[in-house]
Amino acid sequence: MVKQESESANRPDNTAFTQQRLPAWQPILSAGIVIPGFVLIGLAFIGIGVALFVTSKSIQELEFDYTGYSNESPCSSCAQSVVANCKCSLNFTLTTLLQGPVFFYYGLSNYFQNYRRYGASKDDNQLYGDLSYFTSPSSSCSPYDYDSSKKPIVPCGSIANSMFNDTFTLTWTVNGKTNNVSLDGKGIAWWTDYNVKYRNPNVTPLKNAFNGTVKPINWAKPAYELDASDPSNNGFVNQDFLVWMRRAALPNFRKLYRRIDASGDYKNGLPAGNYTVDITYNYPVRAFNGVKKIVFSNVSWMGGRNEFLGIAYLVIGSLCVVMSVVMLIVYAKFKFPDEE
Amino acid sequence: MDSEREGPLILVECHLCVGEENWVDSRTIYIGHKEPPPGTEAFIQQRFPDNRIVSSKYTFWNFIPKNMFEQFRRVANFYFLIIFLVQLIIDTPTSPVTSGLPLFFVITVTAIKQGYEDWLRHKADNAVNQCSVHVVHHGKVVRKQSRKLRVGDVVLVKEDETFPCDLILLSSSRDDGTCFVTTASLDGESSHKTYYAVQETKAYNTEKEVDTIHATIECEQPQPDLYKFVGRINIYMTNEPVARPLGSENLLLRGATLKNTEYIYAVVIYTGMETKMALNYQSKSQKRSAVEKSMNAYLVVYLCILISKALINTALKYVWQSDPNKDEPFYNQKTEVERQRHLIRAFTDFLAFMVLFNYIIPVSMYVTVEMQKFLGSYFIMWDDEMFDEELGERAVVNTSDLNEELGQVEYVFTDKTGTLTENNMEFIECCVDGHVYVPHAICNGQVMPGAAGMDMIDSSPGPAAREHEELFFRALCLCHTVQVKEEDTVDGIKHGIHQGKSTSFYISSSPDEVALVEGMKRLGFTYLRLKDGQMEILNREDEVEKFELLDVLTFDSVRRRMSVIVRATGEVYLFCKGADSSIFPRVISGKVDQVRARVEQNAVEGLRTLCVAYRSLSPEQYEEVFQLLNRAKLALQDRDKQLAEAYDLIEKDLILLGATAVEDRLQEKAADTIESLHKAGIKVWVLTGDKMETAAATCYASKLFHRNTQILELTTKRTEEQSLHDVLFELSRTVLRQHGGMTRDTFSELSGDCTDYGLIIDGATLSAVMRPGQEGSNSGNYKEKFLEICRNCSAVLCCRMAPLQKAQIVKLIKASEEHPITLAIGDGANDVSMILEAHVGIGIMGKEGRQAVRNSDYAIPKFKHLKKMLLVHGHYYYIRISELVQYFFYKNVCFIFPQFLYQFFCGFSQQPLYDTAYLTLYNISFTSLPILLYSLIEQHINMDILKKDPCLYRDIAKNSLLRWPTFIYWTVLGVYDAIVMFFGAYFLFDNTTFTSNGQMFGNWTFGTLVFTVLVFTVTFKLALDTHYWTWINHFVIWGSLIFFVVFSLLWGGIIWPFLNYQRMYYVFMQMLSSGPAWLSIILLITASLLPDVVKKVIWRTLWPTTTERIQGQLSEFTPLASLHAPSKGSSHRRGSENQRNPRRSEPFTKKVMFTRWQKAPDYCTFTPLLRFADSSRHSRQGYNYSGAGPETSV
Repeated sequence: MVKQESESANRPDNTAFTQQRLPAWQPILSAGIVIPGFVLIGLAFIGIGVALFVTSKSIQELEFDYTGYSNESPCSSCAQSVVANCKCSLNFTLTTLLQGPVFFYYGLSNYFQNYRRYGASKDDNQLYGDLSYFTSPSSSCSPYDYDSSKKPIVPCGSIANSMFNDTFTLTWTVNGKTNNVSLDGKGIAWWTDYNVKYRNPNVTPLKNAFNGTVKPINWAKPAYELDASDPSNNGFVNQDFLVWMRRAALPNFRKLYRRIDASGDYKNGLPAGNYTVDITYNYPVRAFNGVKKIVFSNVSWMGGRNEFLGIAYLVIGSLCVVMSVVMLIVYAKFKFPDEE
Repeated sequence: MDSEREGPLILVECHLCVGEENWVDSRTIYIGHKEPPPGTEAFIQQRFPDNRIVSSKYTFWNFIPKNMFEQFRRVANFYFLIIFLVQLIIDTPTSPVTSGLPLFFVITVTAIKQGYEDWLRHKADNAVNQCSVHVVHHGKVVRKQSRKLRVGDVVLVKEDETFPCDLILLSSSRDDGTCFVTTASLDGESSHKTYYAVQETKAYNTEKEVDTIHATIECEQPQPDLYKFVGRINIYMTNEPVARPLGSENLLLRGATLKNTEYIYAVVIYTGMETKMALNYQSKSQKRSAVEKSMNAYLVVYLCILISKALINTALKYVWQSDPNKDEPFYNQKTEVERQRHLIRAFTDFLAFMVLFNYIIPVSMYVTVEMQKFLGSYFIMWDDEMFDEELGERAVVNTSDLNEELGQVEYVFTDKTGTLTENNMEFIECCVDGHVYVPHAICNGQVMPGAAGMDMIDSSPGPAAREHEELFFRALCLCHTVQVKEEDTVDGIKHGIHQGKSTSFYISSSPDEVALVEGMKRLGFTYLRLKDGQMEILNREDEVEKFELLDVLTFDSVRRRMSVIVRATGEVYLFCKGADSSIFPRVISGKVDQVRARVEQNAVEGLRTLCVAYRSLSPEQYEEVFQLLNRAKLALQDRDKQLAEAYDLIEKDLILLGATAVEDRLQEKAADTIESLHKAGIKVWVLTGDKMETAAATCYASKLFHRNTQILELTTKRTEEQSLHDVLFELSRTVLRQHGGMTRDTFSELSGDCTDYGLIIDGATLSAVMRPGQEGSNSGNYKEKFLEICRNCSAVLCCRMAPLQKAQIVKLIKASEEHPITLAIGDGANDVSMILEAHVGIGIMGKEGRQAVRNSDYAIPKFKHLKKMLLVHGHYYYIRISELVQYFFYKNVCFIFPQFLYQFFCGFSQQPLYDTAYLTLYNISFTSLPILLYSLIEQHINMDILKKDPCLYRDIAKNSLLRWPTFIYWTVLGVYDAIVMFFGAYFLFDNTTFTSNGQMFGNWTFGTLVFTVLVFTVTFKLALDTHYWTWINHFVIWGSLIFFVVFSLLWGGIIWPFLNYQRMYYVFMQMLSSGPAWLSIILLITASLLPDVVKKVIWRTLWPTTTERIQGQLSEFTPLASLHAPSKGSSHRRGSENQRNPRRSEPFTKKVMFTRWQKAPDYCTFTPLLRFADSSRHSRQGYNYSGAGPETSV
C-alpha cells in the first residue's frame, strides 16, 4: 500500500498541458488556403489602391522655390545679401479655385533637423516652464546654453536657436483690387504640444520670468515677444515655435506655416486670380545647398498629396494576384505527392 | 603533492613482491593509524584527502565571483557588458539602461538557475558524504560520517552495504578470509566475485582483534584502472616483520557491494576523489549542444555585420563631414570640445554606431534560450508515458542545456546489462535429444497441474530417452557452482524461492546458473544444498537424492565449459555443460543433429544456449582422472596450463544429453525501440563489459543484429591468428566491396535487400587499434580503417570494455570527420565515463545504484523510454529551438536594419530611429513571450505520428534547420522586411502630411510607425509559423500585440515625471488618428509577410519534406486536435499491439508459455536462417554463434 502511495506521489500530473496534448487548432499553410486568400487580399488591395490613387490625384498642390539660386528668381538679391529682413515677393496666378481648406507650408531641403546632436540640443524641463532650468540650462544645449557673457540662453539649444524666421504675407489681386488674404496661425501645432508638453512659467508678466536670461543668439526678439498681436501665443507656446520644435524625420521636410482663413471670399478656398507672397527673407540655406519653398495645398481625408500609398497598394495587390497565379501553376503542375 | 618520491621499500623479506618496477610513486598507510615499530625505516607520513565526494561546482562563498566569471566568459554576455560600459563612458545615442537592464536580467536569471542546479548537486553530495560508516576505533565500532573517513581507518562493512571508499580486505566473517562482492555498479558485471584477505590477518575477525593488527600497507598512488592494483602489506606482529604482496584480489572498490558475507573488516587506502571510482569519472565539463554552436557561429556573423555596419557608417560620416557646411551648418554648431580631438572622435563615433546597432545581437536570445530549456525540460519530467509504474520513477532532467540535442542524435551507445536487458536471467526451455521442454509459467499464482509443470512437445520419449532425460535434469542440478542461501527476510532483487517455511536463494557468480537451477526447479528437480560434500536434490517424486561431489572442473573462458564429477550409488559421472562449440567436438554419441538444430535456432532467437553432456566413469577411469587433476593442482609452475591440459584430457568422449536456453530478458520493448532508432537513422552501438557470446545473443534478441546480418569479428581470437593489420584490412575490404558502388538509400537499408554488416570488437583489440604512435603514421591508419569499417556497419557490438574504453569509443566517434552527435545510455557506474563523454548522456534508473543517473544529463526509468525521448521530445525541442534561434536573429535584423538605413538620411549622426523605451523593450517584452511560448509548446506534427513514423527524425538530422542556407534565408527575409518597413514609412513621410488637419509629424512618429509595423510583422511571422494553436498561443500572441498598443498609448499618454524628455508624448495617438497611417501599417505588414508565405507554399509543393508530406495528408483544417488526446490506457494497449514479438520483451506475462513451434508463421522463414548458417561456415568472417557458457568468479 505504502509503495503504491509513493508511486502516485511521483507520478506526473496527467493533464492535457503537462502531456502536451492541449486541444489545438493545427493550421497548415497549404496552397489550398493560400491561393484563394491571396486572390482575396489582392483584389481588396487593388480596390483600396484605386481609391487612394484617385483621391490623391484630386488634391491640388502649388509649390514655389524662393531660395533664389538663379538670377531670375525674385529672391536672388535677398539670397546674396546678408541684410536682415530683406524683402522680396513672389507672384503666382490661380486659374481656378484652389479648393479649401488650404494650407500654407514652408519647406526646407537638405536641412537635417534629425541630426542627433541637434535633436538633443534642447531642455524639455525648461520648455515645461521649470524656472530652475532657466538659470542653469541642461548641458545638452551646449554650445547654445550660455552666451559669451555666461548668461543662460532661454530657450536654449540648437533647435530653438535655428528657428525658421522667414515670414510671409499673402495678397490676392483681383480686378486691380488688392486684398490681404488673412492667414490663421492657430492650431498649426499639435494640440498636446500647445496645451500640455510646452508651458510658460507661471509668472506674470511673462517677461519677468526671463530676467537674467538672454534670447537665443539668432533670434531677433526674445521668446516673450514672439507674437505681439496675441499675448497667449508667446513664450514657449508660440505656435511657430512649437511647429519648429517638432523635428522633421527626414532632411526634406515641410512645416505648416499658416492656414488660409476660411472666411469671406476664401470660404471655399483660394479663388482664381493673381496672388503675391511677400517674403521677409532671413533664413540662410545656401551655405549647405538648402532649398526653401512655399507650398499651398489642400488635403483630403488621407492628408496631402501622396501617390505612394495608392501605387503601393496597387502594386502589392497585383503582386498578390500574380503570386496566386504562380502558385496555382506550380500547384497544378507538381501537386502534392500524396495525392497521386 | 608528493610526486617522484620513491617510497622506502623493505625488500629483505619480500618474497613475492609483484610489479615492483611499475611503482612510480607509492603511498604508505598505517593500519589503524599505528606507527610502525621504531626499528623499521622511517616512513614519511603523507597527507591524504578526506573521503568527501564533490560533484558540485560552487561553494557559498565563491558562487558570485565564479559564476560571474563563467557567465562573462560567454561571448554574448561579455559583449553586452562591453556595450554597457561603452555607453557609460562615451556620449552615445542611447542610454546605458537600454543594454544594462537586459544584461542584468539575463545574468540574474542564469545565476539563479545555475545556483539552483548546484544546490541540488550539493544536496546529492551531502547525502553520500554524510551516510554513516562503521569504523573500528580503539577496539570498538563507532559510527562515522562517510566524509570523515581517513586513510588508515579500519572499517566494518556489513552485508549489502556499499563500500564507502577503496579498501584492503583484512578479514571477513568467513573463516577462509574471503568475501563476495558485486561490482555491478562499477563495471556492470552483476556476478559475485570473491576477494581474499591476506593470510596473516584473516583470523582477526572481531573488532577487538582487528584493533590489534599492527601493519603498514605500501601501495601505488591511485590510478583509474579498476583491475590493476599493486601493493604490499608489512606485518609487524611477529618478531620478524612479514611482507605480503597485495593485488586487485585484495582491493575492495568504492561503489561495490558486499554480498553473501556477514561482515568484513578492511582498511581504507584511497579516499574521496582518489578512489578508483572517482578517478573513473571524468570531470563534468560543460556540454554544449550543436544548436548552441550554430548560435555562436551566427553570433559571429552578426558581430561582423555589426562591425561592418559601424565601420561603413563611420567612414561615410567622415566623408559627409569633409564638407564643412554639412559638418557644421549654422543651425548646428559644435562645442569647442567637439571640434577638437579628431582621432578620438573617430573612434568614439565608431563606438557610438556600435552601440546604436548593438541590438542586432539579440540581447535576450540567451535568456530566452535558457528559459526555454529550463521550462521546456519540465515536459520531459511531466511525461506520463515516461513514468514507470514498476519503479515508481519518472524521467529526470539533470541538465536542461541539451534538450534539442536529443533531436540530433546519430549514434547511440548503449550499455547492455541493465539497459537493454533487465539484468534478470530466465530459463526458457531445454531440449533433451531433440525433445523440447518448456516450464509452465506460474499461472494466477498456481502451478499448473499435470506432469509437474512440464510440456512434452514431440512424441513421448521412449525408455532410452527417458533415461537421458533423467540424467539431463540431474546434470543441470549438479553441474554448477550455485550456493544456496537461506534467509528469512525477503529481498526483492534476489531470486527468491518460496518453500513455505523459509525463503532460500540461489546465489552464483553467474546469473545463468541461477536461472538454470531455478528452471530445473520448475521442471521438478530442486537443488537443495551442498552439505558435507553431498549435493542434495529433491526429485519429482519428492525424494531427496544425494550425490557426492568429487571434483569441480571450473569454468574458464578459453574452454567455455565446466564440469563436475559426482558419485551416486557407486557410479561416477562427469557432467559437463558449456558452449555448443566447445561441447560438440567432444561428443561421441547422442542426437547431435537434433540438438544442434535446436541450439542454432535458439541462438538466432537471441537466447543464451548451453549444451549438456555426460560421461560415465568407471572406477579405474576415475582413479586416472583423480591422479591427473591432483598432479596439475599441485604443480608450482604453470599450474593454469597444466590444469587446462588435464581438463582437456578429462572432458572427452562425452555423450550429448541436450541443450538449454536461458534468456537475459530484454527490457520491455527494447527491440521495438532499437528498430525505431534504426529507422530514425540512428546507429546503435552496444558497449558492454560482458563477454562476447552473451552480448551477441542480446544483440540478436534486441534486433540489433538481424538474421541476415553478416557478422564481422575483430576480437582477440582473430588477431591471435592474423596480425591486427591484416584483419583490419581484410574486414574493410569486405565491407567496402559491398558498399563501394552502392548508395545507401535510407529505406533499402532497412529492407534487408543488401547484406547488413555487424561488427563485434572486444576491449583488447580495441586498445590495440587505438594504441597511439607505435609505428607513427600507421596507427592513425588503424583508427581510420576501424572507423571506416564501423561506418559501414549497421550495428556494432563492443564487448569486454573497461569503463574508460567505453568513453574512448565515444570519443573516437565524436572526433571522426563528420562529428556526429552521440548519445550514451547506461545504468551503472561503469557507464558514467561514457555518459559524460557523449554529447548526451542518459542514465537508466536500474538496479545498479544511482551513479549513472547522477552523472547523466537525463535519466529515464527504462530503455524503451528512449524512443519517446528522442523521437518526440528531441524532435520537438530541436524544431522549437531552431525556430527560436532563427527567429531571434530575424527579428533583430528587422529591428535594427531600419535604424541603419536611417543613418543615411540623418547625416550619419547616430540618431536612433526608435525611442529608448522601444529599444529596450522590443526584445524584452514586445516580442519575447510569443517566441518563448512557441518554443515551449509548438508541435509541427502530432506526437503520435512522430512515434509511429521514426523516419521523420531524419528530416532534422545533421542540424538541418540551422544550416547556413536557412540562416541566410532568414537574414535576407529580415533585411527585406526592414527595407519594406523603412522605405514604406519614408515615402509616406516624403514631403507631405498625412493628417486631415494639415499638421506635420516629426521624426518620432516616423520611428513609431516603423516600429509598429515591425512589432506586428514579426509577431505575425511567428503566427504563420505556428502549427499548434492552443488557447495559450492565442492569448500570448494577441496579448502581446495588445500589450504593445496599450503600452504605447500609456507611454505617450502621460507626461512621465522621471524622464527628462517627453519626446513620445502623444506621438502614438497622433499617428493612430490618421487614416493613411493605418492603411500603410496594413500595407507594410502584408508586403513584409508576402514573400515568406509564397516561398513556403511553393517549397511545400515542390520539395516537401517527409514531415510536410504527412502534414499534407492530414486534413487541412483539423478543427480541434482533441481527438488525439486518448486516455492513457488505450495508448498503452496500442503500444503492446505494436510489438512484433511480445514474448521476447514483455515482463512476466501471465499467460502460459507454449512452445514456439506452435506459432508456425513466425518461424517458417528458415531460408535466411540457413543462408546465415551457410555463410558463417563458408567465410572466415562469419560468426559462428556459440551459446554462452556459465560465468565463473574471478
